[in-house]
Amino acid sequence: MTTAGSETKNDITPPLWLLAELTYKCPLQCPYCSNPVEIAKYQNELSTKDWVRVMQQARKMGATQLGFSGGEPLVRQDLEELIQEARHLGYYTNLITSGVGMDEERVKRFKDAGLDHIQISFQASNEELNNFIGGTKSFQHKKEMARIVKEYEYPMVLNIVIHRKNIDQIRDILEMTVELNADYVELASTQYYGWSRINVDQLLPTREQLANAEKIAKEYQEKMKGRSKIIYVIPDYFENRPKPCMNGWGAIFLTIAPDGTALPCHEAGQLPIEFPNVRDFSIPEIWNDSPGFNHFRGFEWMVEPCRSCPEKTKDFGGCRCQAFMLTGDARNADPVCDKSPHHKSLIDDVERINELAVDEAAKKVEEKPLIFRNMKNSKSYLEEV
Amino acid sequence: MDKNNTPEVAPTFRVQWEDVQNCYVVLYPEGMVKLSSSAGQIMKRVNGETTITEIIADLKETFSSNELEDDVIKFLEVAYDNGWLRNKK
Ligand code: SF4
Ligand code: SF4
Repeated sequence: MTTAGSETKNDITPPLWLLAELTYKCPLQCPYCSNPVEIAKYQNELSTKDWVRVMQQARKMGATQLGFSGGEPLVRQDLEELIQEARHLGYYTNLITSGVGMDEERVKRFKDAGLDHIQISFQASNEELNNFIGGTKSFQHKKEMARIVKEYEYPMVLNIVIHRKNIDQIRDILEMTVELNADYVELASTQYYGWSRINVDQLLPTREQLANAEKIAKEYQEKMKGRSKIIYVIPDYFENRPKPCMNGWGAIFLTIAPDGTALPCHEAGQLPIEFPNVRDFSIPEIWNDSPGFNHFRGFEWMVEPCRSCPEKTKDFGGCRCQAFMLTGDARNADPVCDKSPHHKSLIDDVERINELAVDEAAKKVEEKPLIFRNMKNSKSYLEEV
Repeated sequence: MDKNNTPEVAPTFRVQWEDVQNCYVVLYPEGMVKLSSSAGQIMKRVNGETTITEIIADLKETFSSNELEDDVIKFLEVAYDNGWLRNKK
């Protein structure tokens, strides 16, 4: 798909989504954070000028959606400036935040800068659990920020990461989103990468919990039709076909990590592949020509069972990072797929965790502590490896 | 549908021309819909000042066609349904 004047090569589609991970600094410490466990390594953050250049180049290639995320993007003092530049370039600008570090003054400045949308994350629907999971006192402040976001007429997405510790509160969580007038609600099942993979034994919900949560989510989807759009996807560990991860490798998503590493997805940094840095290469060079972005494009790289599978054009063999994490080889089928020879060991593991959860609830075994996402834990992890 | 209404793009959404896609698109939180060229021609005329009747008249003149009214109404219904449009008060 090449249009006149386009900067994209034949049969490579242009990036549509630019995810700008501005920093890995964050006042919260969510134990399911999808940031890499190695966050302590990312000290050398891009400058304002670097980000502006990246945004210009990606926009010129056709990117329309821009997400400012992190870590906590509010930590960056140049956020207003970046929003203004992004809006000026014609991006639809999304701020993905915990709300910590925000106040009315700043919301007003974002509005003036042209920010289109704010997504606030909550950890739970009550103060105690929210603050425990986030490792910070933040619940009341978040609620206050949600009210201000609505007051300034932003579309508001509330995002709540769902796991074993909060899934039984799903009704209260949904009630809270109704009270706060969310336009969209994302009940995001924890995906087991980064910190959440370390904590998977403590976070994976049981089948019974899931069935119950699904019922309640459906009830609210019906009830809130036309007022609020509620999205709930169950964790893929409970499926038998994988997700079409990122809509295909290097197909529409471009993530830039705080140090300028360009990635086809925000988890890809863990793969044993070399990825280019925006300090060394332009975005068109990275997108079109880098070995990293071409690594899993098309179908040639596939091994069996994906290689000869008729469904490969639908799901691209699932997630490369999940395949790597669970099988040791990123080319393998995502073990979520029941055609994968590794599927059974995933199912066995889910069963093991299920039993553990039941035993914990019955107080037969003691709960293992969660490992919180912070620089100290990241450093000790780095020392281990 | 009341043709005297004046539609405007709802605050959550934005409509703009995209060179690379070679079409008008509707943008919203974390998503994008590409518009067909006729849908683009309709959305382009939505500005919070022009009534539906006027939009239809303008399209008829621009494309020298008298038979497009039903299609325009059908598309506007979809656009209202999706929440892209609301009536300017
Ligand atoms: S998931 Fe929690 S710890 Fe991780 S970046 Fe978001 S708010 Fe910070
Ligand atoms: S074998 Fe591979 S391509 Fe086929 S359905 Fe499973 S993951 Fe998808």
